[in-house]
Amino acid sequence: MKSNRVLRAPGGLSVRSDVRAITVVALLLLAALAASVLLIGTGDFPISAGDVLRTLAGGGNAGQEFIVNELRLPRVLVGLLVGASLGLGGALFQAVTRNPLGSPDVLGLGQGATAGALVMIVLFSGSAAQVTLGALVGGLATGLAIYLLAWKRGVHGYRLVLVGIGVSAIVTAVNSYLLTVSDLVDAARAVVWMTGSLSGRDWDQVWPLLGLCAVLVPLVLANARGLRMMEMGDDVSNALGVRVERVRALLMVAAVLLTATATAAAGPVSFVALTAPQLARRLTRSPGPNLLSSLCMGAALLVTADWISQRVFGADQLPVGVVTGVLGGVYLLWLLVTERRAGRI
Amino acid sequence: MLVALASIAIGAKELSPEQVWHGLFQDTGTYGDVVVDERLSRTVLGLLAGAALGLSGAVLQALTRNPLADPGLLGINAGASAAVVTAMTYFGVTSLDGYVWFAFFGAAAVGALVWFLGGSRGATPVRLALAGTAISAALYGYLQAVMITDDAALNKMRFWTVGSLSSATDSTILQVLPFLAVGTVLALVLARPLNAVAMGDDTAKALGANLNRTRALSMLAAVVLCGAATAACGPIAFVGLMVPHVVRSFTGPDLRWILPYATILSPVLLLGADVIGRVVARPSELQVGIITAIIGGPVFIFLVRRRRTAQL
Repeated sequence: MKSNRVLRAPGGLSVRSDVRAITVVALLLLAALAASVLLIGTGDFPISAGDVLRTLAGGGNAGQEFIVNELRLPRVLVGLLVGASLGLGGALFQAVTRNPLGSPDVLGLGQGATAGALVMIVLFSGSAAQVTLGALVGGLATGLAIYLLAWKRGVHGYRLVLVGIGVSAIVTAVNSYLLTVSDLVDAARAVVWMTGSLSGRDWDQVWPLLGLCAVLVPLVLANARGLRMMEMGDDVSNALGVRVERVRALLMVAAVLLTATATAAAGPVSFVALTAPQLARRLTRSPGPNLLSSLCMGAALLVTADWISQRVFGADQLPVGVVTGVLGGVYLLWLLVTERRAGRI
Repeated sequence: MLVALASIAIGAKELSPEQVWHGLFQDTGTYGDVVVDERLSRTVLGLLAGAALGLSGAVLQALTRNPLADPGLLGINAGASAAVVTAMTYFGVTSLDGYVWFAFFGAAAVGALVWFLGGSRGATPVRLALAGTAISAALYGYLQAVMITDDAALNKMRFWTVGSLSSATDSTILQVLPFLAVGTVLALVLARPLNAVAMGDDTAKALGANLNRTRALSMLAAVVLCGAATAACGPIAFVGLMVPHVVRSFTGPDLRWILPYATILSPVLLLGADVIGRVVARPSELQVGIITAIIGGPVFIFLVRRRRTAQL
């Protein structure tokens, strides 16, 4: 704990800050922004990083301004916001379930949102906005169902995980059924959506995401203290004055909202919610939920993955979900092996 | 037996009992007879696959001392699916004889991986279920990537991954029959040593059981059974989970009773689900894998809720 600094103000107020955690947050923000600039510059019409910055500041020519501000900036913003929401949501879920694998993908939220979206795509041939709405409703309903089904005089971490796995299996079956009754064009559209993609996102997707993040992020961070206590177990944190069930319900609702909105905007991009908190924890080397650093890590991860998919496969050939899926899978295997050795899962 | 008859009689085209009888025993090539023929192979496949899934579920639950073990939850189905899509897309394998081996290989590889990652010793239900789910998630990501890039693969896989008995033909059955037979015999023979394993490692050793051999052989039996069933009808979840629980409620914990009963009861469940699927969505049908998941999911959640967390 050498890296802790305590700032004392006159009058007895003091703030304890973890220098390493703050550095990590700053570096991750920087990385996310750098990746965003690179991503804006990448595409069928490449723009150099300097030109991108100049255009963003308002000094580019008309063509560059159109491409940057109208086409690519919204996409990158959606990427940043979705990544941040997923990272924060994942960190919350992992803290509440007290399990490093208790992420929204494993708990079936992604599948629930997918079911909502598929209903819209397959049964109603819905427009993009309707699909988004369907995904939102699906994700929220699934989150509620999992919470209620796991409720039994309080929600216990393991029960939450296992109930989530059960719910996700049912919803997955429904999804596969919807895929079989659709025609091939709808099915192809559905599969792209199910993988998670950022292509074609515009300002309409940015505003709701931004608004939600503006409300939920401060709310969550304000309750981070209680969450940190809760890692010591329900009884201890009760004794320390945390209203466990209330904090847990509040944070679960926030996490479900964050994840469902992010999924509605970009599709169930896999593994970001699972890996971002883990990587953040490894970087800050501090216990506790690491909410802020997970948030930045999620944003950095998603934008970087999108940049990789654009560079490696060419513009809009494969959706970003494929890259996060492959990277996440490899990371997960490594994680399972090391955690097993340490006996921590 | 009754379910089997119902499975032949009920479908998009209703047949009277006389027609069924006629088709079964005096084949004269009338329209009804043809229908009966088709439904017969479907029913036989359902019987075999059901027995295999139930048996492998029972073996897995005994082996892992885990009430929630199931080929679907442990990622074995996902392994088989990933292997089959690889076979279809990259090796151009289209016939069942070709990809049955891939399904096996996938199932075995993932089974071993989950078993290893889930903590071969002292595996808790949560750990195994998480390892299985996590690996399934990774493999389904791969599946999706392939399906996005290849429309033909998408078209085949979206039907295969549901789990259905409708593709059944006599040659399918003949293909998987030897594997199922070997697996079933192996599993039934293992009932006794598995009983000992269920008591805990130390007790089992004290009772003279060869732990490693029993474990390896039971894993082999479970993978052969569920790999063959999956290769023939696609991934079907939850049959292996539910049946052993139902059976245990009236036989008690002795595997020498559980395994045979599971072998008999699972086909009843699977065919029942298949019949339901054909009735509710007439004139088309709901695939059996969907029905089992819709019935099985709530059962799974009920099991999770009923058990005290200490036992999980």
